[in-house]
Amino acid sequence: MLELRGLSKHFGGVRALDGLDLDVREGEIFGLIGPNGSGKSTTVNLITGMYPSTAGTIRFGGLDIDPLQTHKRLQAGIARTFQNIRLFGQLTVWQNLWVAQNSPADRARSGFLARWIGGRAGVRAEITQLLEFSGLAHRADELAANLAFGEQRRLELARALAAKPKLILLDEPAAGMNAEEIADLDERIRQVRARGVTVLLIEHHMELVMAVTDRIAVLNFGQKIAEGTPAEVQNDDAVKKAYLGGGE
Amino acid sequence: MDFYFGLAQIIGVHALLGLSAYVVLLTGQVSLAQAAFFAIGAYVAGMLTVLTGWHVVPAVFAGAVIGAVVACAVGFPALRVKGLMLVIATLAFGEGVRLFFFNFDYQVSKGEVKLGPVGGEGFRQIRFFPENGWSTFEVMLFVWVFVILVMALLWWFDRSRYGSVLRAVGEDEIAAQAVGINLTAVKVSAMTVGGAIAGIGGGLYAHYTTHIEHASFNILVATFAIAYPILGGLASVFGTLIAVVFVQGVLVEGLRFMGDWRNLLFGALIILAMNVRPRGMLDERVLAWLKSLFHRKGSSGA
Repeated sequence: MLELRGLSKHFGGVRALDGLDLDVREGEIFGLIGPNGSGKSTTVNLITGMYPSTAGTIRFGGLDIDPLQTHKRLQAGIARTFQNIRLFGQLTVWQNLWVAQNSPADRARSGFLARWIGGRAGVRAEITQLLEFSGLAHRADELAANLAFGEQRRLELARALAAKPKLILLDEPAAGMNAEEIADLDERIRQVRARGVTVLLIEHHMELVMAVTDRIAVLNFGQKIAEGTPAEVQNDDAVKKAYLGGGE
Repeated sequence: MDFYFGLAQIIGVHALLGLSAYVVLLTGQVSLAQAAFFAIGAYVAGMLTVLTGWHVVPAVFAGAVIGAVVACAVGFPALRVKGLMLVIATLAFGEGVRLFFFNFDYQVSKGEVKLGPVGGEGFRQIRFFPENGWSTFEVMLFVWVFVILVMALLWWFDRSRYGSVLRAVGEDEIAAQAVGINLTAVKVSAMTVGGAIAGIGGGLYAHYTTHIEHASFNILVATFAIAYPILGGLASVFGTLIAVVFVQGVLVEGLRFMGDWRNLLFGALIILAMNVRPRGMLDERVLAWLKSLFHRKGSSGA
């Protein structure tokens, strides 16, 4: 579904990402792990088009998405969340989900006439469903800035889902969460997949990654050093060295 | 009484100027070009009534259309730069337009008199209202029809999805892109709508003062345009209106008895207002409070 070939990003002399090949298959939960500064977030920013790549290609669903701007990639089906939550704080919870409905189907529906004819009911039903999914139904009219941390994370996930993506990139969704919240997140990620959305999970929290993912790729210094099932990766010597043997 | 009608005209036109900046500010852009669109609307509408004998209504709309077209054209290159750079770029554009009108000569002979803009001397004799015998009161009503129309449209727009999209862009461009919002389209549309509103304001201004010149559209006017929505708060269109009433009604006219001290106090009061109400005079909290007041009344009445 998502194919990266020789993907590189250089910031001046720093090779943040150096020739990454990666294949994410439809319907799987794919983990991308690695020590700090190994290029995980850079990968997310390249896939979503927030940075231009230095070299390499990104194909999504057989389509070359390199020339597409960020909002076009979202419409092609790639949504994301942010490591440091980026909600629209002065908009309500409801509005945060409303503005995020930008899938091609939504755009067809938001035509002037369509909106009066029946689009409204559809919009309402979808947002209500997302609010229930994220346990925020009672907070719909609250400003996003007033939500608790855990609620903000859930809203951000719901906002990414509001565009009906085929692939969702979760950039360290467990950051700052306690054990209980992480258990909840684990369940939520599985539910996202159950909705038919492929998941690329970038995460530091090993327990979560090992529990929830089907396959994992490990990055270190911008290069892939291992790939496989959680069990394979856990026993990989290069990975152990990167994490324990002073990889940084 | 005519004094107050005249003041109401000024407040109405400045409200349009402020609202034109309000729309652009919602997307997080600070534009000092609003005075330029105001000028374009003023000259276009003025020339249409004076030189071609149009009625003032289509002339004002034509000014709005030209203002919008120019704003759209400026929007594309200008909005590629952000923050301070955008301020400088729009400031440069505004000065460019002002200097264009400083050098703009286009006169047509009507009988023994020549009419039309004369460069630095400005454009005199925009006499549609006096020639057709409109009283100050009628002109004021005319101005306020436009103000109320624009405010009602913006109020409705603010409550639609597009309003939230504008605010989303204003809050966080990166997140807005990530949820699929086309930043360029949103910013240029906001600029275009702002240009149209400023154009309407300019057309009305040209006709009630009957004399416009390049200096009527200088940097001070551009600064006022963005000061109104910032001072009034971006929570609602009424913030801008309240700020215009405060500045033009209370500060400019109300403090006239203070003579030269007025300008000093003027600045101090604006600074004070911003310190006491950093999110604007009419911020989200006041709005929520007003809403609760309204709802309580509604429920007790029912």
